[in-house]
Amino acid sequence: MIDDKMDKRLQLIAATVRKDVVRMIGLARAGYVASSLSIVDILTVLYWCEMEIFPEDPHCPSRDRFVLGKGHGCPALYAVLAHRGFFGREELWNYCKLGAMLQGNPESGRTPGVDSSSGSCGTAPGIAAGMALSLKREKNPPRVYCLIGDGELQEGSTWESILLAAHFCLDNLVLIVDRNHFQMDGTVESIMSIEPLEAKFSSFGWKVFHSDGHDVISFSDSLLKAGENNNSPSVILSETRLGKGVSFIEEAMNKGNSIILSREKIDLALKEISRAAGKVEGIYNAE
Amino acid sequence: MLNDKRSTGEAFTPALINMGKTEEDIVLIEADSGSSSGGSVFGESFPEKYYDVGVAEQSLILTAAGFALTGRRVFASSFGSFLVGRAYDQIRSSIAIPALPVRLISTHCGVTVGEDGSAYQMLEDISLMRALPNVTVLVPSDHNSAFRLIQVVGEYERPVYIRLGSFPLPSIYEVSDNDFIPGGGRLIVEGTGVTICACGIMVHEALKAAEILSQQDLSAEVIDCYSIKPLAAQVILASVRRTGCCVVAEEHSCRGGLGEAVASLVSRNYPVPVKFVSIEDRFGQSGAPEELQEYYGLTGTEVVSAAVQAWTMRRR
Repeated sequence: MIDDKMDKRLQLIAATVRKDVVRMIGLARAGYVASSLSIVDILTVLYWCEMEIFPEDPHCPSRDRFVLGKGHGCPALYAVLAHRGFFGREELWNYCKLGAMLQGNPESGRTPGVDSSSGSCGTAPGIAAGMALSLKREKNPPRVYCLIGDGELQEGSTWESILLAAHFCLDNLVLIVDRNHFQMDGTVESIMSIEPLEAKFSSFGWKVFHSDGHDVISFSDSLLKAGENNNSPSVILSETRLGKGVSFIEEAMNKGNSIILSREKIDLALKEISRAAGKVEGIYNAE
Repeated sequence: MLNDKRSTGEAFTPALINMGKTEEDIVLIEADSGSSSGGSVFGESFPEKYYDVGVAEQSLILTAAGFALTGRRVFASSFGSFLVGRAYDQIRSSIAIPALPVRLISTHCGVTVGEDGSAYQMLEDISLMRALPNVTVLVPSDHNSAFRLIQVVGEYERPVYIRLGSFPLPSIYEVSDNDFIPGGGRLIVEGTGVTICACGIMVHEALKAAEILSQQDLSAEVIDCYSIKPLAAQVILASVRRTGCCVVAEEHSCRGGLGEAVASLVSRNYPVPVKFVSIEDRFGQSGAPEELQEYYGLTGTEVVSAAVQAWTMRRR
């Protein structure tokens, strides 16, 4: 369980990660800032509270695995991995540059801590299910976490893997849906409706949990319940907002506009994140 | 040459069972294709090393990638059309780009699939798989070489594609012959007049052609190009330097298969005339395998006429 103090601490970490995401994307003049910001809190809980990881030994066989389905959110993953010590933070500033360790979509052989390559929509759940199935033969099977965008639920291959995970009772698999309601061309419901999601997953034999993907207590509670679930895979439908933490990005996304991070916009974004973190820090220190 | 006729596909299960006895980490995954490939027989011997993901080739490839990422020695098998055709993106993004050691075994390729017709007669798999960086492409010509190559790639730490067939063929190699490696090629008939490069069933037609040509005083050199990628470049180049002309024979589309691989190699290094015996940019159809072979010109006679044409144009 996450207590109040831990809650504040995680919020501060998430703020640090958010700022690096903005800096990376600003420097690279490439990447998807809104999509990255929506998953920062989820990744923070996974990498600081939930997963068993070994940054000094990233290939340790007993580690828990993480597969990022929404490859465009990788700046958030890279910033998290750097802050957890998988590689130096200076690597972040080369993101997307020619020859960089940090590619525009995750590559497993190239980046310590990236457990699987991804980027082609609808591949991550299958890879994660394959990992979970393979690891289930261990005495204490490591757990596999897979984070996908909600638009990815339109891919047929995703549903092949959802079938498979239930058939093989993969209770060491947790699928997290970053339910931000947007995809490239508009809102998910207007482009190709995926609801009712809970009924769909339930009827496929999955245990369904809901959480607020920006509330670390809510999200870690659902992880806890998923951890107690036996004989079936778990999915956590996490409500999130594109661009979370930077109001002008959130607003632009809601209007369906794209964002170009100019120098001024980067400063504005960093200030807003710092201001919000400052408030949390004040409370954190007072306690 | 030995007389028993067996398909290359029939080598799949015995080779795997052989490995299953000693290799703890081996896994075979099928997509409702185990009863056709023989994989389910392996599953009966080693239920804990066998998975069937159902009629779901995308899931097949992704599951295989997941197993490989946890250090298991994975074989994934299905019908060529669907393994390569349907799951091409999954192969590209989840196996080829990260260079995962997954052995993709496709069965039922080429027109000799027969009655099932064009949907099942995959004729583009070699070109599709050749185009992917990091992927080795192998097409064995007989049961014994297929058996050996399946075992060899079990130890291989790169993505591999093996095309197996269902057409019964006589053995070319002895059971004890172990000399098959990715990047290898076998000079099985020596000659000085014309080089014939072939893979799969067409190696047998090339051998028939070499017999006929020798009666016509044209001495043909036959190379079994079982490794399409990497190609046995030195074996082929040494041969065309002697003969000055070349024929390439394959049960595959003329676009992007062994033919164009050899033509590219030769044109870059030692240009000589090259003639092709393959399927001219069209799909297959239903029929008996032998009839289809005849209809599409995949015969020794066609190799003979291509060889004579190449010889008249030879580099002197």
